[in-house]
Amino acid sequence: MSLSVTDPNPRTKWIAGALVIGYAIVTIMPLLWIIATGFKSPADSIAYPPKVVFEPSLEGYVNLFTERTRATEGMLEDAGPPTTWYERIVRDQGMVITGPSRYGERFLNSVIIGFGSTALCMLLGTMAAYAFSRFRVPLKDDLLFFILSTRMMPPIAVAIPIFLMFRGLGLNDTHLGMILLYTAVNLSLSVWLLKGFIDEIPVEYEEAALIDGYTRFQAFYKVVLPQAATGIASTAIFCLIFAWNEYAFAVLLTSGTAQTAPPFIPTIIGVGGKDWPAVAAGATIFLVPVMVFTILLRKHLLRGITFGAVRK
Amino acid sequence: MDETSHLDRAARATPPRIARRIQGLSDRTIAWIFVAPSIFLLLAVNIFPLIWTIRLSFTNYRVNRPNNAVEWVGLENYQRILSDEDVWQTMQATAHFLIWTIVLQVLIGFALAYLINKKFKGNDLWTTIIVFPMMLSPAVVGNFWTFLYQPQIGLFNYVVAFFTGADPASFSMIGDVNLAPWAIVIADTWMWTPFVMLICLAGLRSIPESIYEAAECDRASKWRQFWTITVPMVLPFLMLAVLFRGIENFKMFDMVVQLTGGGPGNTTTLTSIDLKREAFERWRTGYSSAYAVILFVTVFGLASIYVKALNKVKER
Amino acid sequence: MKKLLLAGTACNAIMILGAGASQAEELTLCWAAWDPANALVELSTDFEEQSGHTMNFEFVPWPNFADRMLNELNSGGQLCDLMIGDSQWIGGGAENGHYIKLNDFFEAEGIDMADFIPATVTGYAEWPKGTPNYYALPAFGDVVGWTYRKDWFERPEIQEAFQEEYGRELAVPASLDELKDIAAFFQGREIDGNTVYGAAIYTERGSEGITMGVTNVLYNYGFQYENPDEPYDMEGFVNSEGAVEGLEFYKELYEVGTPPGSSNWYMGENIDAYKSGQVALQMNFAFIWPGVEADPNVGGGASGYFANPPGPAGQFAQLGGQGISVVSYSDKQDAALEYIKWFAQPEIQARWWELGGYSALRAVVEDPGFAESQPYAQTFLDSMAIVKDFWAEPAYADLLLAMQDRVHNYVIAGDGTAQEALDGLVEDWVEIFEYEGKL
Repeated sequence: MSLSVTDPNPRTKWIAGALVIGYAIVTIMPLLWIIATGFKSPADSIAYPPKVVFEPSLEGYVNLFTERTRATEGMLEDAGPPTTWYERIVRDQGMVITGPSRYGERFLNSVIIGFGSTALCMLLGTMAAYAFSRFRVPLKDDLLFFILSTRMMPPIAVAIPIFLMFRGLGLNDTHLGMILLYTAVNLSLSVWLLKGFIDEIPVEYEEAALIDGYTRFQAFYKVVLPQAATGIASTAIFCLIFAWNEYAFAVLLTSGTAQTAPPFIPTIIGVGGKDWPAVAAGATIFLVPVMVFTILLRKHLLRGITFGAVRK
Repeated sequence: MDETSHLDRAARATPPRIARRIQGLSDRTIAWIFVAPSIFLLLAVNIFPLIWTIRLSFTNYRVNRPNNAVEWVGLENYQRILSDEDVWQTMQATAHFLIWTIVLQVLIGFALAYLINKKFKGNDLWTTIIVFPMMLSPAVVGNFWTFLYQPQIGLFNYVVAFFTGADPASFSMIGDVNLAPWAIVIADTWMWTPFVMLICLAGLRSIPESIYEAAECDRASKWRQFWTITVPMVLPFLMLAVLFRGIENFKMFDMVVQLTGGGPGNTTTLTSIDLKREAFERWRTGYSSAYAVILFVTVFGLASIYVKALNKVKER
Repeated sequence: MKKLLLAGTACNAIMILGAGASQAEELTLCWAAWDPANALVELSTDFEEQSGHTMNFEFVPWPNFADRMLNELNSGGQLCDLMIGDSQWIGGGAENGHYIKLNDFFEAEGIDMADFIPATVTGYAEWPKGTPNYYALPAFGDVVGWTYRKDWFERPEIQEAFQEEYGRELAVPASLDELKDIAAFFQGREIDGNTVYGAAIYTERGSEGITMGVTNVLYNYGFQYENPDEPYDMEGFVNSEGAVEGLEFYKELYEVGTPPGSSNWYMGENIDAYKSGQVALQMNFAFIWPGVEADPNVGGGASGYFANPPGPAGQFAQLGGQGISVVSYSDKQDAALEYIKWFAQPEIQARWWELGGYSALRAVVEDPGFAESQPYAQTFLDSMAIVKDFWAEPAYADLLLAMQDRVHNYVIAGDGTAQEALDGLVEDWVEIFEYEGKL
């Protein structure tokens, strides 16, 4: 394999590697800056000129997870000396902790809604994609385009009717409502991606299974699904990334119970002004699940997006 | 796990009565059972609100005036929007954003995919690193880029200054009427180039080795191979990437709102931002519904022409 | 999925049960997510202990506050029982029936609006303005003022340089012109090895930033919203000669005395710029002052405060702040009123001030010890005496959007002239009032 005539020579590889690594370093800088900001003190985070070398601090993370208030002397006396390391950090700012922040809840909401809608989207998407791939569905091309067109509506445009509709159905500001909404928005992508993938699985496999006495359903989930696992995994990554990070619907349709983290993170405030380290800490933690999910499934990431819509 | 035994067990586990009943279903019925939930969900969550929006677009309804009588105004809303110069200005801003983000993302994304496909050592790791920006929330990206773009405390101007020798305080990406449209293009390109790259990479890897080997036998130059094999084979993938990016960026709202708020003046007021002001700040529900319909028809029209072209390319 | 559904139903059941019982309610108070909100949470623990009710809080960040909350009110939502809504919402709240009228309640509980700072009563509670119809209780007094680097002002070498350049002493500006001189003086100056700039002013585009900034100058140059004798008559008042000059002044200030890149700045960005030592002056609402005093770099005496300086046509300052209202869609109005009754007590108001909330109760601010209680207390009092507010009409959002558009286009993007901008603004506003049927 490595001796094939088409394999690039070492010098080409070296140049290609250098260019890609160069780009990767430039592109990762803003991200590293965000992560680093999470470990700065509030003063260092807005230092003028910016600080590249700084004394690391966990203040951002402590502030992210706590509600604090400026302490009056009476309160300090009542509270007694700080007992934990995080209380000490807060006291050093002249504040006392009044309770946990909402970040945990928002994060949990994101997990429920993000993963819930991804799972549902995969279920519906695989079924529809299978049908489009294997059966003669009337008006197939029109239906496929219809499915794609549902992604073209700006969220702002349909937000008011959806808001009124959800309110009528009691779905406003609920996890279920948001799961259904994100599933609907993502369905187009998942059907289009998955159809391509299922197209590539030879029909002969199922035919053999059917001859062996399997029903269509059994053939679908015992033969096709395992074969399509790679495609499902990569599609799931894209759906999760979208649902995880969605902002416009979340900010307009959710408030207390079902609000996800994206509308919450940019708004974390500290003592007069934005608490940049806490914002950065929130963004960093929020990145971890998607990152882990992607790294775990990264082998499928490339295999998956063969876009059968393209390869007929 | 052993495939056959697995299948056997599944077959045995299915109760005979149900099995018979399912077996009895025609393919056509199964097709509908499989497609119906998706279609139903899309009808309920996308199409129903869309129809509602279209209905509202012919009225003077305002959500914040529940006491006012709702009147039919016919095409008045549409007339007002299409004759409004500000709307055309936002369309121009959107076009600038759309065209340049796509051009840059396609060029850089394809170049990266091409280089990664040279399979140098460790390309897996670097690919994963390059993909990270697109996993961030656009709202968070917009938020942090305002910070990065600040001439005094942000990183961007210092990096540019380091490479060009210019004074970091001598320019302001967000404040300058000429630079602001580029500020949003840069941030979006940073975030979404990996998406285009991934799709191109999938395209490159789908090209069978044997085609190149055959070309090599014919003594075709590398340059020729690139233009006659690589580009045409990747094109359908690239076009699909452009389709998805195009649709997403036509709707672009969250990142830009956080980044510039549409300013300076109206320089970066994209149509979605303008629409949001009409719908959720002015609360002219009827008017903004008409606006939304116009936008939808525009994307729908452009996309259907584009998908036709895409299908042609595929058939080649 | 099913579990979620069930959980939802259970929640509803609990809420219905809760509504039936007159005791122990769960109240939700909606406000902006900012510093004073944390103080209110702390303050409210006392209410929870006394009444047995539980307080929930829904704090929305400023940039989304109006959208989110007005969406809630417009759709008759029951999320909020109590709303600390922005001062400009009062017209819409009253006319569209979002807020309940509090006159009877005030009378029954002996709450007298004469006990509150007059400007806050007009600004936060009354609709129509100038009539004794109350839809809110003044909750948080706020006004635009200036913060300056006292430590820099006091340095001999800087004083000398200023004296040389302007022929007078470097001190708190006595007029807007002097303020511009000071900003220009600091612009680009080397201090402690850093290039610093003049003033951080409001320039934000997306919500209300630049309007809240530019009005401080416009008022003092003679801008008026309407003919005092004829409501909604704006020609010659909004775009008067003085107003045009004022708008030109703001643009000049932006050009000669503000940091590069400060084209989309509001409260947060100004604070950041000031705290990081980029600017000598900042324009900002009074709510930030406790935070400035507590800051390790610029607090503890390094900063001073002054009210918006006068211009050729007088001295005014832009009003901020909010009143607290009971949402008419709430089914726990009695408990919500209880909260307001508790909140209006003088000792609670005194503690409110202590925790960093700007009380609007005269008993608090007129207390002989008040002016000395904090370095910024006197400035707050001076500023509250000269306030003016933006339109509080139900159509305030339309009016605001038009102003944001016109002003940002002229001042920041450099489009057209000040005269054109204000003429255009009159046009926009006339159109809006015609649409509203008020013209």
